[in-house]
Amino acid sequence: MTVSTELASQSFVLLRLGERRFAISARQIAELVPPSRVFRFPHRTPKLEGVILRRGRIVPVCDVSEMLLGKQLTSRRFYLIAVRNYGRQREWVAMPVTGECELIKAEMMAAVESDAPHVAGWLSHEGDVIEVLNLDALTPGPEQALTEAAAPQRAEARP
Amino acid sequence: MRLAAPGKPSPAKTEQIILFRVSGQLFAVSSASVQEVRSADSISGAATEISAPGLRKVSHVLRRGDRSLFIVNGAMHFGLRAAAGALLFVLRKTRTALLIDGIEKMTAMTRLQALPLSFCHEERQWYRGLAALDQTVVPVVHPEGFLSPEELALLDGALLQADNSAGATLEGTDSAQ
Repeated sequence: MTVSTELASQSFVLLRLGERRFAISARQIAELVPPSRVFRFPHRTPKLEGVILRRGRIVPVCDVSEMLLGKQLTSRRFYLIAVRNYGRQREWVAMPVTGECELIKAEMMAAVESDAPHVAGWLSHEGDVIEVLNLDALTPGPEQALTEAAAPQRAEARP
Repeated sequence: MRLAAPGKPSPAKTEQIILFRVSGQLFAVSSASVQEVRSADSISGAATEISAPGLRKVSHVLRRGDRSLFIVNGAMHFGLRAAAGALLFVLRKTRTALLIDGIEKMTAMTRLQALPLSFCHEERQWYRGLAALDQTVVPVVHPEGFLSPEELALLDGALLQADNSAGATLEGTDSAQ
């Protein structure tokens, strides 16, 4: 590997959701943990299932499969805990995944305007072209609430 | 070299809370926020019906002198399965009396964790935060979060309208006599 390609390649974590694989920048990953009890309480934020307790922290669980696959996961083997930015604040978000995750080095092609907002870029790995996810667009946050407020649609409470 | 002995840890601040259930779901409220606990049966004679458009969670009002307390059905507020409610929490410094299923227990919490920022809708008004208690996570409700200023204005309007029509009925009865 030449110095130039070494500089250009970054570390990514490959995750599996159903039959598809996606990537997230390794810098955004906190840990991969086995499924634990999800504590649910009423709220109105779509995609959030509840929270888990991890090392004394309360971590929201966000199922992104519906947005990425168009259906909910029937089985989940791990929670991938990633760091989500909220302006200058950073918080953990747990995402259910269906298989083991893999750390790889690859070069990312930046997303283009026509890509969905949750696509940060693309990478090529073992013959597959894999979406690199932009967690800030994929998981809920105040900016999504503002967008939804513009479209008058009332979300149902999720106990 | 000897390290300085660590200072005596100051005792963790605790807050007394009441764990209660609404439609089977567990919540917590600071006991300092609860002014009174009443059985729902005990107020059934004193409460009068009220109907504000689009606000189904409030169907009764309790008059106390000049003050009106709006009875909020906890299950409807949180979008839970409808429950009759057996107890009322009169919440201090609010105009809310909250209808709940029952009290689970009183306990103390040492740490209130902020609601994660991913929760970005009405729940941010509903909850002060989350408490981890006995390996479970309980949302701690915000006493002011049950009725927004807009909802209170709507209820005050409905109350005024009800009073006016009651006055008119009374006048009609008097003149007929």
